[in-house]
Amino acid sequence: MTKFLEIDALTMRFGGLTAVDGLSFTVDHGTIHGLIGPNGAGKTTTFNAISGFYKPSSGAVRLRGEVISGLKMHEVARRGVVRTFQHSTLFAELTVLENALVGTHMPFRPNIFAAIVGYDRHDRTGAEARAREALEFFNLAHLADNRAGDLSHGHQRALGMAVAYAAHPDVILLDEPFTGMNPEETRVMMGLMRKLRDDGTTILIVEHDMQAIMGLCDRITCMSFGKWLAEGNPDHIRHHPSVIEAYLGGARHVA
Amino acid sequence: MPKVVPWFALLAALIFLPHVLSFSQQEILVYLAINVLIVTSYRLLTLTGEWSLAHVVIMGVGAYASALLTKMFSVPVPVSILLGGVIAALVALVLSVPLFRMKGFYFLIGSFAAGEIIRLLWKRFREPFGGPKGIKGIDPMPDFSIGIYDFDFFEPISYFYFAAIVVAVCLLILWRIEKSPVGLTFHAVHWQDKLAQAAGVNVRAYRTLAFTIASGFAGLGGALLAHYVGTINPNSFDVEVMVFVLTWAIVGGTATFYGPILGCVTLTILNEVVLREMGFEQARPLIYGLILILSILFMPKGLESLVQKLKPGRKSAVPVERAAE
Ligand SMILES: Nc1ncnc2c1ncn2[C@@H]1O[C@H](COP(=O)(O)OP(=O)(O)OP(=O)(O)O)[C@@H](O)[C@H]1O
Ligand SMILES: [Mg+2]
Repeated sequence: MTKFLEIDALTMRFGGLTAVDGLSFTVDHGTIHGLIGPNGAGKTTTFNAISGFYKPSSGAVRLRGEVISGLKMHEVARRGVVRTFQHSTLFAELTVLENALVGTHMPFRPNIFAAIVGYDRHDRTGAEARAREALEFFNLAHLADNRAGDLSHGHQRALGMAVAYAAHPDVILLDEPFTGMNPEETRVMMGLMRKLRDDGTTILIVEHDMQAIMGLCDRITCMSFGKWLAEGNPDHIRHHPSVIEAYLGGARHVA
Repeated sequence: MPKVVPWFALLAALIFLPHVLSFSQQEILVYLAINVLIVTSYRLLTLTGEWSLAHVVIMGVGAYASALLTKMFSVPVPVSILLGGVIAALVALVLSVPLFRMKGFYFLIGSFAAGEIIRLLWKRFREPFGGPKGIKGIDPMPDFSIGIYDFDFFEPISYFYFAAIVVAVCLLILWRIEKSPVGLTFHAVHWQDKLAQAAGVNVRAYRTLAFTIASGFAGLGGALLAHYVGTINPNSFDVEVMVFVLTWAIVGGTATFYGPILGCVTLTILNEVVLREMGFEQARPLIYGLILILSILFMPKGLESLVQKLKPGRKSAVPVERAAE
């Protein structure tokens, strides 16, 4: 059986620094998979290599057996892997609805000739319905006409996810989705992610909020200094000596 | 439908205005119509965030192409004008291959270099471009009649009507592109190309698309000009003209569709009515430079920001951006 999303001996070097070092793990379809590790462990770099933002120095990423590493970011997205960014990356000057509309780019591909002659009504209403559905899902519908840059931090994180959700991805990569959210918002968001998973979307999530990660994930991979450290279900990871060692011994603060 | 009233007023003004103007002022009106197209198409190009310095040269590509098509292949004039636009778009498509490997400042300089290379080719090759002297005796538009009105293209008034109709259709197309999902994607590419890519947008393709469309309309504008003035040369499309286009866009503001048009019309009136009457013609570049600096200092969001203040509560659909960020 081909593996769904397979990270195979992924290595990412920046000059002399090896940010990700021979990392291998597999994400099963329809699961929430956590990727944890102390600050600077290489989690974001791993995301960047999976999503096509970086070309890996060596190793490969495969989706349903097809190599997707080395493709451009929009090509990876078109194969169904959509990411969010660690720092709220939004179209700050556009409205919330317009942000979500950009997210519908793949399911409703704009056509310039149809647009000029006005033959794309159908697509436009479809795209808007999808965008509004995404906002609804993340409880942002009432903010549709606000400027994205004016939203609270928590709402901005949610909008980042709504943009990704609007694209109908098979796999969604979330980089620290809970930062800037209060406990209540985090709890609601966790519920939404479970719902997403139950609808068949696979989620790969990087997060420092251990309580959220442990409560949410089906499986967790822990990395440290770019290397694979441990993998298993939340209970296994919680009590894994090398994981505890990495977080405590790393002398670095765990948020 | 009170919304159409201002449009009818504008239409009536455009029809009657030339009749109260002198011959030379009518000529200026023709240039103004063409310049409105140039500056509006330029704005489309800037939507994706890249500012080109080749726009006026691309306009010249349309002018040369249309002139040569009529001269060498006897293509009838209105068809050649359309083809001039198509050829300018194709040249832009080819240029975009090296140009969109660059971004920001490098793109700006790269586009300038590309434009200068094209101008050099015009100067260098007497066949077919006519060298530094350019092309003379370009075919005029053939006269025709539409029943209620006879177009006599020796009269600037006729050419103004003709150009105004062509430009109006072009503006309508540009407007529809901007208000479409394609236009939204242009904005997305400008504001966050990373996030746009994550949503599956081929950023480079969209930059190329904006550049190509804008160039096509600029080429059409150039062709309109060529068949009016009858003579073009490499200096008709030099960087000084480009500076005028930039000044119109920046003084008017590029956040709205009408901003650059406002800048173009206002500065043309200022230039022709005030400066020419007062005999300051020679100082035009100097005064334009001064206006540019003053408007960046004191009116950084352009003339359009004044208009927006006049109609409070109406939020623009398009984000307010800074011209020279
Ligand atoms: N573009 C880059 N150039 C050079 N070094 C980089 C680059 N990106 C990341 N690094 C380095 O790679 C290492 C891993 O960084 P990365 O951002 O992947 O960590 P992280 O696990 O996401 O950390 P955090 O939890 O703080 O977000 C760090 O030492 C970082 O400085
Ligand atoms: Mg990170």
